[in-house]
Amino acid sequence: MTPFLVISAIKVFVVVNVILVGVALLTLLERRVCAWMQDRLGPNRVGPQGLLQPAADGLKNFLKEETSPAMADKALFTLAPIVSFVPAMLTFAVIPFASPLPTKWGVVPMVVADLPVGFLYILAISSLGVYGIVLAGWASNNKYALLGGLRASAQMISYEIALGMSTVAVLLLAGNVTLSQVIAQQQLGLPFVIPLTIAFVIFFISALAETNRLPFDLPEAEGELIAGYHTEYSAMKFSMFYIAEYSNMVTASALMATLFFGGWDIPFTHWDDTGDPTILKTLLTLGAFSLKTFFFLFAYIWIRWTLPRFRYDQLMALGWKVLLPLALMYITLLAVAIWFLRIRLGWSYGPGMAWALGGLNLVLLVALVWWLDRGRIVSGSVPQEAA
Amino acid sequence: MAIGVKVMKRPTKQTSYLRATLKGMALTFSHLLRPKVTMQYPEQKATDDWSLSSRWRGTHRMLTDEQGRAKCVACGLCPQICPANCIKLVPGEDEEGHRYPLIYEIDEFRCIFCGYCQEVCPEEAIHVGVHYENSEYSRDRFVYDLERLTAQTHPVSTLWDPSDPKGE
Repeated sequence: MTPFLVISAIKVFVVVNVILVGVALLTLLERRVCAWMQDRLGPNRVGPQGLLQPAADGLKNFLKEETSPAMADKALFTLAPIVSFVPAMLTFAVIPFASPLPTKWGVVPMVVADLPVGFLYILAISSLGVYGIVLAGWASNNKYALLGGLRASAQMISYEIALGMSTVAVLLLAGNVTLSQVIAQQQLGLPFVIPLTIAFVIFFISALAETNRLPFDLPEAEGELIAGYHTEYSAMKFSMFYIAEYSNMVTASALMATLFFGGWDIPFTHWDDTGDPTILKTLLTLGAFSLKTFFFLFAYIWIRWTLPRFRYDQLMALGWKVLLPLALMYITLLAVAIWFLRIRLGWSYGPGMAWALGGLNLVLLVALVWWLDRGRIVSGSVPQEAA
Repeated sequence: MAIGVKVMKRPTKQTSYLRATLKGMALTFSHLLRPKVTMQYPEQKATDDWSLSSRWRGTHRMLTDEQGRAKCVACGLCPQICPANCIKLVPGEDEEGHRYPLIYEIDEFRCIFCGYCQEVCPEEAIHVGVHYENSEYSRDRFVYDLERLTAQTHPVSTLWDPSDPKGE
């Protein structure tokens, strides 16, 4: 029992630190990629290529004055950043980030806690984050903050449904919610992005909304709400919201990589998931996992600096009128297809079934894109043509 | 509709953002790889397509003759023409009858950098300079005395030439 506790403690320590450092570097990446996309250079003064910029920013936030609005609810005002920060740190715990590592004390799975409830845990814990945002908005006693908090709650609850529905497709195919089992299933055949393309699209869009990133950053909406729910926050309290937002991004990206792109599996090879675990395998799979996660983080940033913010009614229309019905229809179709392949034809998940479902998805995707692009949906209301 | 108002073609029905989104993503990605326009200022003060104009009117400079004395003959034209009244000149005369400035001070805070002093100077002594980095730690350092003015080394302004208005 003791080695398990010690190893777990080490894993927790390493993972939390890697996430915090990763988040710090992510803020730098965000600013530099933004600058590059605008033909600028971005922060490049503090350290080589600006690598120490996050350290300078962090130090600044430590030393800044903690302001506390006179009319704010002091207790909740202090509690809100914590409520936002803690779930953001917790969610990464169930994501396997490399193949098992052989040590003197046995084979150590490279995941902080391989919970049987798997990604349900992530959905449950990340939902708690919305409390932090709403509390921040309410406790600030500021109308802009309150509006930001209200928007955040409406948005996050709406998109959580589509997000959950898109993971049901994974559940149908993998037959398990434990993330290590989901990865093992994908190693048998192809990454789930091929048999579950549309679920991935829905998941990606919902994840953007869940993490309050552009084009869905209405809770912050600096053009309308100053800074939304964290208007009244300064120094480390503000920093905690910031870290929470970015670590949610990391977790969402890692979850996308795990659910749909095979997690730490190196694609198209079986060298890494068969035979005895070795240190080399662990390192290489860790690299594969990092690359996949990094790609989604980059996509987050890329989208942020491309798209303008949605209007509130557009956001709600997209969530309730497009993504949710789409996810429901998709689950129905997919369940029928899986039932047909599994029960009628007696297949089990492998490349054959993956390609068959992939073909179905391609047909559905073409139909979906045609339907969306015919010019009637996705957007919100447009004034009627003057008679 | 009023005459001459440009009427934009706007979608009258709801439109999809799908193609526009992909197009925009391609555009931002192409910008990611393009050459950057940033001039890294303290190290780099001019680029191929931008440099300070030779007509820039910055802080002053007093030119000197071969003996290192200021060319100024203390005629008094520059304090006379100065619209901001920022030049303080006390003339002196040596035993040979040559006039020279005993005190010549320019308050760079009052100066409006019109360049009239340079235009009016018969000896081409006082000039506005092509120079802009003037930070000091105290306000009194901005009253430039004769010693300071003659010690400046930056290039002097060419001013605007009415016969060559575009500087060609």
